[in-house]
Amino acid sequence: MNTLASPNLIMRIGAPISVMLAALLALVIVGCALLAGWLAPYDPTDLSTFELINAEIPPAFTADGDSRFLLGTDNQGRDLLSAMMYGARVSIAIGGGAVLLAASIGVFLGLIAGYFGGRIDALIMRIGDVILSFPTILLALLVSGIARALFPQAGTAEWAPLILICAIAIHEWVQYARTVRAATMVETAKDYVKAVKVIGLPGRRIMLRHILPNVMGPVLVIATINLAAAVLTEATLSFLGVGMPPTYPSLGTLIRIGNEFVFSGIWWIALFPALTLVLLVLAVNVVGDWLRDRFNPKLRVKR
Amino acid sequence: MFKVILSRIGQAALVMLVVSAVSFVMFRYVGDPVASMSRENAPIEEKQALRRSLGLDQSFVVQYGGFLKRTLSGDLGISYRNQRPVTELIAERLPATMELVIVATFLSLALGIPLGVLCALRPSGAAARLVQAVSLIGISTPTFVTGIVLILVFAVTLGWLPSFGRGQVVEIGWWSTGFLTWSGLKSLILPGITLALYQLTLIMRLVRSEMIDVLSTDYIRFAKARGLPMRYIHFRLALRNALMPVITVTGLQIGSLIAFAIVTETVFQWPGMGLLFIQAVSFADIPVMAAYLLFVGLLFVIINTIVDILYAVVDPRLRARSA
Repeated sequence: MNTLASPNLIMRIGAPISVMLAALLALVIVGCALLAGWLAPYDPTDLSTFELINAEIPPAFTADGDSRFLLGTDNQGRDLLSAMMYGARVSIAIGGGAVLLAASIGVFLGLIAGYFGGRIDALIMRIGDVILSFPTILLALLVSGIARALFPQAGTAEWAPLILICAIAIHEWVQYARTVRAATMVETAKDYVKAVKVIGLPGRRIMLRHILPNVMGPVLVIATINLAAAVLTEATLSFLGVGMPPTYPSLGTLIRIGNEFVFSGIWWIALFPALTLVLLVLAVNVVGDWLRDRFNPKLRVKR
Repeated sequence: MFKVILSRIGQAALVMLVVSAVSFVMFRYVGDPVASMSRENAPIEEKQALRRSLGLDQSFVVQYGGFLKRTLSGDLGISYRNQRPVTELIAERLPATMELVIVATFLSLALGIPLGVLCALRPSGAAARLVQAVSLIGISTPTFVTGIVLILVFAVTLGWLPSFGRGQVVEIGWWSTGFLTWSGLKSLILPGITLALYQLTLIMRLVRSEMIDVLSTDYIRFAKARGLPMRYIHFRLALRNALMPVITVTGLQIGSLIAFAIVTETVFQWPGMGLLFIQAVSFADIPVMAAYLLFVGLLFVIINTIVDILYAVVDPRLRARSA
């Protein structure tokens, strides 16, 4: 972080103020989420710490607020601020996990498709075409629905994150595969790859040691933009009730809980997590958009 | 021309075959129908007899053929949860979703096209920059948050509009419509706006970039040089050409809107197909899930095929190239 803050580097990056602010905001939210264990006033996953007598207390800055609970409490007397910090951590972890999984699968298949071409290439790309013709949310819902039918314990706090990660990644890997495939085809035609082929290196080594480093640039840019989309998808699934359980809530689960109380005028349970989610995604989107335009103006990622 | 239509329909049939196969695999292999239908501790012989009588011991292809035949005759099985035929459930829910999607598409076009034109004509003006900034926030705001905020403001605080359900509906044959009653129309407003916002940004950005492209072409420059009135140039000459891709994208987006209506319908408890599907997912109601997949897949394919064919009809260049 120290190197980022030095004025020289800021000048070199040359980002507009809005992008710097967005990056700062993203860092603050991610930081609070990662350090939730130390920063949060209460432990929202420990059922013994909350009492029903504290339920539905409005935020501290309103007339009926309680200074112990800065942003109020939820329906079970859980401190909302702590729940949000832990929730953001869950959301970011699942979003990050999905991006990581999608990027790994996508890069792997993209390398194979681009390097070997022919039938393997056609097969991988046609599967990708079919997947992309369905919206992310529909596929993700199908995957979690099937998982629930196959394993009864799919909805528990231990298994839900894994299923969410798979459900999101099943749609997102195609983008990486397409990008990496195109880049690999370009690289494979270059002289240095021809040279290592002549030496007789095995294909696996050529792909991993020689081609891969040269195609990673666009992958990192796509990953940034996808992180925002993955966090949103996770929130949507949790909101719909097929994501994280209320005992171990993500931001989406908190909004789902809050949604049931909106009608009785208890607005804070839904609104604060929603605001956090929007700010986080907005910040990551601003940074991602800027990265995309800066590093690869030709790369246009489909929303 | 005829050839183009035929090949498009052939492609569509192929995709539907794949989707129906996936749906069949879900239907048949996720969970064991014999286990859920036979009594507990049934002897193996009894289970095997049941298996035979259901035709589950036959080869994959034969079973799949049977599934296709039943599907084509409108039999999609019985919901585990409601114990009613799935076809009936979907037919009952279809009008609610379709009306919501129609309203959302109309709203997003009615707002998106003027805003996109505005941004293209004065790209550095204050209004355009405001619209751009708001659209970035729009992309980053999930549909359910928009819906909750709208409910909080217009239903809970102001009390102007209903926040859930369809209001009073009128039955026309098997189609139930909310367009004909005052409460039905009022109920459509908030969910319609919520769903429309999802694609408003997309349409606005598309109109803007297409319009900017068209405005820099030679024929527009010549029209300006000839001294034609600016309004005529912008709206009669430029906008018409810029709208071609917008029509395509709007058509293609109808499929995504139907899928995305799942979220909107959950927020507003809108009794459409999306709500049916999400309930099926949480209860692992496989027949409903498989049928929904099949149905949405069919809609996607029909829409894509119609858009493709329309394109060939409207744009003679495309026809010449592929025929």
